[in-house]
Amino acid sequence: MPILETRALCHVYSQGTPFEKTAVHDISLAIEEGELLGVIGHTGSGKSTFIQHLNGLLKPSAGQVLFQGQDIHADKAALRAVRFGVGLVFQYPEYQLFEETVFRDIAFGPKNMGLGEAEIRERVYEAASFVGVGGELMEASPLELSGGQKRRVAIAGVIAMRPRVLILDEPTAGLDPAGRESILANISAFQRSTGAAVLLISHSMDDIARFARRMAVFHEGRLVMDDSPARVFDRADELKQMGLTVPMATEIALALRQRGVELPESVYTVKYLKKLLLERRGEARPC
Amino acid sequence: MLKDITLGQYFPGDTLIHRLDPRTKLIWLVGYITALFLAHNVWGYALMLGVLVLEAALGRIRPKTLLSGLKPLIFIVIFTAIINLFYGSGEALWEWWIFRITADGIRRAVFMALRIMLLICGSFLLTYTTSPLQLTDGLERLLEPLKKLRVPVSELAMMMSIALRFIPTLIEETDKIMSAQKARGASFDTGKLTERARALVPLLIPLFVSAFRRADELATAMECRCYHTGGQRTRMKQLVFARRDILTLLVLAGLLAAAIVLRGLGT
Repeated sequence: MPILETRALCHVYSQGTPFEKTAVHDISLAIEEGELLGVIGHTGSGKSTFIQHLNGLLKPSAGQVLFQGQDIHADKAALRAVRFGVGLVFQYPEYQLFEETVFRDIAFGPKNMGLGEAEIRERVYEAASFVGVGGELMEASPLELSGGQKRRVAIAGVIAMRPRVLILDEPTAGLDPAGRESILANISAFQRSTGAAVLLISHSMDDIARFARRMAVFHEGRLVMDDSPARVFDRADELKQMGLTVPMATEIALALRQRGVELPESVYTVKYLKKLLLERRGEARPC
Repeated sequence: MLKDITLGQYFPGDTLIHRLDPRTKLIWLVGYITALFLAHNVWGYALMLGVLVLEAALGRIRPKTLLSGLKPLIFIVIFTAIINLFYGSGEALWEWWIFRITADGIRRAVFMALRIMLLICGSFLLTYTTSPLQLTDGLERLLEPLKKLRVPVSELAMMMSIALRFIPTLIEETDKIMSAQKARGASFDTGKLTERARALVPLLIPLFVSAFRRADELATAMECRCYHTGGQRTRMKQLVFARRDILTLLVLAGLLAAAIVLRGLGT
């Protein structure tokens, strides 16, 4: 049984007004326990609307969202428990920080869960260590931190609820390459050590290519591809038509192939491409 | 949830009402409100209601949209009606302690509620059919004579257009922060009043922080483009009175005259 699943999910904004707009069309997607699913799509492809259904912030116009097999809207009282089970980190989450200290901000979620003092403390420190926020920052004001640190604190605020599914909307947007790298590594480590499922929205194909085992591609409110990264990136032309890019390695492989270099399909990481090219070199000049 | 607030929202369209000069519409609103306060009896209110319905029909604004704008203000309407209920003169229909309700009181209550609702709906019709930019433009032009008295009309108009411009942004921002806090288990619509007030802290602090940040950014951006006060500015879109504007103003004069005449009718 998938841990989180949508069935024929539709969402229409401002229904019945001149601004009516269907943002999400008939999406059925299942997220399995412990997997890392990458979601890509152009701005306005409906991915942000889609993820807000997964923890019940938005109510589907049609269709269902199932968490651990249960329709999340079946019982209104249980909806809050779903929010703790399905952690959602919004885009630019640092804008939601409000507490006086980092510790208290991270503790906001666990406190809302009604946990005890000791348990909260343990979770806050655990979450902070997952995202690389050291104990020395715990008493600092979150508003005085650097942009990257704020982002980490905000992510920790969700991780502290120990969600079974962690959803991140562009967690690396606007960060420098080193910051991106380390946040993605943190998320990946969190996924491996807790066994939680992670749904990662990103614009960066390279990030998705490296971390996700499965990818979903959104286009104009529809789910158009749901496959392994290799199979998705094999359809590079379609992706480009949708205004999306392919990973740099795939791009290079395509260009090389056009120039007559024989390369297998499904090249999407720099590491793999490097290996292939070195092998070829080895064949060409045996010594 | 917050997106459903229609307060001050503009519904683009291409009707007669939409095409009117914003100055005409502003004058119309002032005239309409004056006539509304002149209304004193059933005939007067019937006329004002009729005019509003006609306006809405011409502007293709659905009754539902218009009424939904009333929702946030319904408390004021009810409150005023209740207060008025006890201030009638004449024979008491019902009496208890210091409270007495008279036929006159009921009439006052109904009329007062109707007056406020018409006032609100009439003003909403203006904002529904006029873009904020047009509106401030019109206001600036109408208040131009005050410049002679050293009233900073252009600056006020600029402030107003910036404020209007940022209403949707702030609403969107509020929505976003609310969702983000809800995702961490915050709840804004349950609990006792004190709990609800406390629940607003995680919403208001980030909102203020971002409002100040935005204001800073905007100020810098404006300075970079050499904005300064007191400069002579020309407009990209010149406002021109058309024939329909003159006709509308004539109708308004007629409406005011009718309101005065109806006032004399009694009951």
